[in-house]
Amino acid sequence: MKIGVLAVQGDFAEHIAILRRLNVECREVRLPEQLEGIDGLIIPGGESTTLSRLMSIYHLREPVQAMAAQGKAVWGTCAGMIMLAHEITEADPIPLQVMDIGVRRNAFGRQIDSFEQDLDIAGLEPDPFHAIFIRAPVVIRVGQQVKTLAALSNGQAVAVRQGNLMATAFHPELTDDTRLHRYFLDLAADPAGPPGRES
Amino acid sequence: MVDVLTGTFTVKSGHAQMLKGGVIMDVVNAEQAMIAAEAGAVAVMALERVPADIRADGGVARMTDPGIIQNIMDSVSIPVMAKCRIGHFVEAQVLEAIGIDYIDESEVLTPADEVHHVWKHDFQVPFVCGCRDLGEALRRISEGAAMIRTKGEAGTGDVVEAVRHMRAVQDAIRKLRNMPEDELVVEARNLGVSLELLQETREQGRLPVVNFAAGGVATPADAALMMQLGADGVFVGSGIFKSGDPAQRGYAIVQAVTHYNDPKILADVSKDLGEPMVGISARSIPEEQLLAPRSI
Repeated sequence: MKIGVLAVQGDFAEHIAILRRLNVECREVRLPEQLEGIDGLIIPGGESTTLSRLMSIYHLREPVQAMAAQGKAVWGTCAGMIMLAHEITEADPIPLQVMDIGVRRNAFGRQIDSFEQDLDIAGLEPDPFHAIFIRAPVVIRVGQQVKTLAALSNGQAVAVRQGNLMATAFHPELTDDTRLHRYFLDLAADPAGPPGRES
Repeated sequence: MVDVLTGTFTVKSGHAQMLKGGVIMDVVNAEQAMIAAEAGAVAVMALERVPADIRADGGVARMTDPGIIQNIMDSVSIPVMAKCRIGHFVEAQVLEAIGIDYIDESEVLTPADEVHHVWKHDFQVPFVCGCRDLGEALRRISEGAAMIRTKGEAGTGDVVEAVRHMRAVQDAIRKLRNMPEDELVVEARNLGVSLELLQETREQGRLPVVNFAAGGVATPADAALMMQLGADGVFVGSGIFKSGDPAQRGYAIVQAVTHYNDPKILADVSKDLGEPMVGISARSIPEEQLLAPRSI
């Protein structure tokens, strides 16, 4: 199995380091031809407006949308979640519109409001996941086909899955916990398969 | 009830991780901030004057008027950074109070304390600090810096000092990796850093926090040069808004940082950018006017 990590900007190296620890072959993706032959794609944390521009200039939007439509696994963390959304609360950036979710950017405020906390994630029970939220987004609309995997105590969804697609508002790549990466690899191996366990 | 922790070193240094592979641009007003965001900057540095003007004007350079910074914060959705003087912890408190995303404790401003830096652990907001070598970098990290940038020589448009400082850091880390363990204590003493931090750096084979390049980057090729030398990203100060076509140049430098290893793309984005900033050779500057040696 080969996993691509969008490497136009952001913390792609952290995702790659975790995948390598799990003995997964990975590839940095900056150009469309680098998407060929991969079984799944991670869109990392970064600055979503920057990711959006670089995806447009280098013609990455359509092939990533096609991957998602073909049923290949795609996972967005933080800025990546914003990019996968159907709509966001601002005009910029322009999301890929592949997941049926609405997302608010910088939902918690500025950097001083960034936080870390334990989170219960459906499918990763019983131990909580230590989640790091940095100028993080939240899901403010969850489509019918979308399953909420984790929510904050106020009910806001911060981890969601829709078939072969998943999105997290926080950064598993900044922790030593590999469970969400393994969850994603299961998804890439079998996009319709077991990670969909009912919560 | 779940414990929610803010202002931890993890969220401070984690923010810098999100900026990697990006360009942070100096801006002096909301209009420039919007141009920078449109060009794909990952953050802007809000200033009253860019370093080239600070250098030309002389006098004491202080923290920017918080009103100007606030206007810039209101104009863009990307993170906004601002500079405080070295050791001026009250300027840092003021910047934290207005909700700035990152503070640059910067040698570009006139130092307020020639001995001590700000004790950055006391703040919720993260700090970035300049360095010329590994010792400076690790001393700033031990004071709480969550991000480092090599100093270069700001406001010159001459990349030579940025290169010198990046090479110095990388060379020292390579040396550290090959150093026998029983020599580390003396190396730590020579660098003026803790053995623990030195060991951590040795194990990771890199600075334990994100390290950007700064001070003299003026072209897409300059930016890619710093990336190939090992920078995690690039600050561009005077280089964009002192050039003939800031929007185009900013956009080109953003692309150059992403595709820093692809000379064909670098050639494409380097075309038809108009006049670069005029620049002054760092070597022609009298020693007492250099900014980089202002703190150790």
